[in-house]
Amino acid sequence: MVGLLDLVSKTMTTPHPLDRYLELVRPTLTRRSMRAEITHVRRSAVGSVTLTLKPGRQWSGHIAGQYIQIGVVIDGVRHTRCYSPVNADTRRDRHIELTIKAHPHGLVSNHLHENAIPGMVVDLEPAAGVFHLPQPRPERIVLISGGSGITPVLSMLRTLANEGYRGEILFLHYNRSPEYVPHRQELEAIAMQHGNVRVEFRYPETQRHANFGYDELEALAPWFPSAQTYLCGPPGLMAAVRTVYEAEQLGDRLHSEEFTLATAVVNPEDAEGKLTFSGSGVVAENSGETLLEQAESAGLSPEYGCRMGICFTCTAVKRSGCTRNLRTGELDSDPDQPIQLCISAPVGDVDIAI
Amino acid sequence: MAILTETTEGPLVLSVEQVEEIGRELDALRARITEDLGAGDREYIYNVIRAQRGFEIAGRGLLYLGFLPPFWLAGVAALSISKILDNMEIGHNVMHGQWDWMREPTLNSRVFEWDTVCPGDQWRHSHNYMHHTYTNILDMDRDIGYGILRVDEAQSWNVLRLGNPLYAFILMVAFEWGVMGHDLEVENIVRGKKSWSEIKTLVKGQMRKAGRQVLKDYVVFPALTGPLFLSTLTANFTANIVRNLWTFSIIFCGHFPTGVQTFTQEECAEETQGEWYVRQMLGSANIKGSKLFHIMSGNLSHQIEHHLFPDLPANRYPEIAPEVKALCEKHGLPYNTGRFAKQIGSVWGKLFKLALPPFLVKNSQQAGVIVMRRVQPTTASPKEVGV
Repeated sequence: MVGLLDLVSKTMTTPHPLDRYLELVRPTLTRRSMRAEITHVRRSAVGSVTLTLKPGRQWSGHIAGQYIQIGVVIDGVRHTRCYSPVNADTRRDRHIELTIKAHPHGLVSNHLHENAIPGMVVDLEPAAGVFHLPQPRPERIVLISGGSGITPVLSMLRTLANEGYRGEILFLHYNRSPEYVPHRQELEAIAMQHGNVRVEFRYPETQRHANFGYDELEALAPWFPSAQTYLCGPPGLMAAVRTVYEAEQLGDRLHSEEFTLATAVVNPEDAEGKLTFSGSGVVAENSGETLLEQAESAGLSPEYGCRMGICFTCTAVKRSGCTRNLRTGELDSDPDQPIQLCISAPVGDVDIAI
Repeated sequence: MAILTETTEGPLVLSVEQVEEIGRELDALRARITEDLGAGDREYIYNVIRAQRGFEIAGRGLLYLGFLPPFWLAGVAALSISKILDNMEIGHNVMHGQWDWMREPTLNSRVFEWDTVCPGDQWRHSHNYMHHTYTNILDMDRDIGYGILRVDEAQSWNVLRLGNPLYAFILMVAFEWGVMGHDLEVENIVRGKKSWSEIKTLVKGQMRKAGRQVLKDYVVFPALTGPLFLSTLTANFTANIVRNLWTFSIIFCGHFPTGVQTFTQEECAEETQGEWYVRQMLGSANIKGSKLFHIMSGNLSHQIEHHLFPDLPANRYPEIAPEVKALCEKHGLPYNTGRFAKQIGSVWGKLFKLALPPFLVKNSQQAGVIVMRRVQPTTASPKEVGV
């Protein structure tokens, strides 16, 4: 009977899914596509904005450290970006809290920083990622972050604090200056309330603090070799921490998540880099030709039609990297975007899902 | 065929430089519009979608009172409008990739489906690729006659051609089924150019798509109105026919009125972008009309602009049409346009005329425009094209 009802309701709206009708009534009414409504907007730290999102009933929560993908419309175009929720994963009201730093070239982060208001609706994908705390919890935990890399480890810290975690925690965060640290007062409050939590901020640019190094870590948490360490930050910090852990042969106790800016600045004339066709496992050196030509030279036979950009037969998904539209000259470094292979050329490393 | 641009000395001849200049100007026009796309365009397409969904729901609802003739008629009208909007301004244009720039997963050309029996992927091949790349090239563009009609004098005549207007009428009434069968290239199977096994997967896809469409219009919705089953069924059937008559008429006005030019494969070998543009302009025809008329025709009333820029959002065609027209005038090129009655009359006139054997009708197969082509490194003398 349920099957019959399902068939009838599907047939009624064919060829369009039911959601394409529901979303016209209210964007959050959809059954399959998940959306979230922004309920609160707070601009606390300099250059950052904190959003509270109320997700649709499809939302099944996140594990502290994971990320979500949101979709935002800017000037008619939908852009998707990944952010790590900063709230504890035990939050009862099912809300999601995002703290977003406005990066200098960050289209979405700047847009949200300037324009986010309660009532705004964004697309939402289920939480994903393997950078998260294990169950059962480790006995000792080191959380190291830099800049906007604070978000996943902040969620971890809040989760542990909520749980009444008894083990030792070091929370070490690097930033430009105190006013740039999001949730600084709350972090300090957590440290005050929980004797087992040590929260440390470092501002190397102000010269009072050095960059990350062994001595620093040893001084703050001499027990760190027996801890599990979670690290997220800019490349320099990531490298410095890795160097220390590898020298101590603690590589397997260090868990990290890269965060890269989607808008990598590239020189359009560059015909360098690796071209990966991840659907077929083929890798080639970028020759500067169109993606279609390069795929064919690499022995693949993707579908194509007009070879002049009008029929959209060769559209394929670019997983990552920057491509240049040869008709418009436009550069595109958004991940997971459908692009036309016959009029796109790779700029640097590119991954195409064919 | 009337020669719109024929001068006293004969047909208009375009030099290689002129063609290149036309190409440059059109490229610049395209770049300007692409650059300007934004929130307003997004709002436009969503407004059309909202209107289409509204008419659809209204139509389905009105048919619950379908035992009252005015409600039945209103239901048919609302459903017809819904299906026309869905097929023309939404489906056709979305599947052309016109809205891919919005990066809206649900309005992406790869995945979009429309409310007709033809599966989107097959239409994308026969229409987006074959027809738009090889527009009006004989034996390449299968839209020339859709494999059954004689719409150009260069297509040979035989006694079966006497049925030309009748075939056209049948195609018009059953247009969505004709479009569905388009990608099968049945005439190529008859000629032995294509094997039956090649079309198996196509047929499977068609059965799946058409099955759902038939189930919806002729089983589920009629059943949901209970005792009004037959009344709803006939209303849905009528709406589908109305849509067929309309789409056939608009689409046939796009390439078959008097004055459009056809081409041979040799003429179009190794085309430059400029030559491609000129062929699109010479092979297409517009229809004059109100804003509403343009929306209801999916802006295919701006067929010339659509063929120049098939992937530009259709709501921009009215805005660029005067510029394209001015460009044509500047170079003495025809800009084939007219009121709907004139264009459709011209199409049917041709369908009747070409049913007759060539010795009965005056042969007017003559090109209005001749495109000079750059000397190929391998050829000794300049090649004239377009005659």
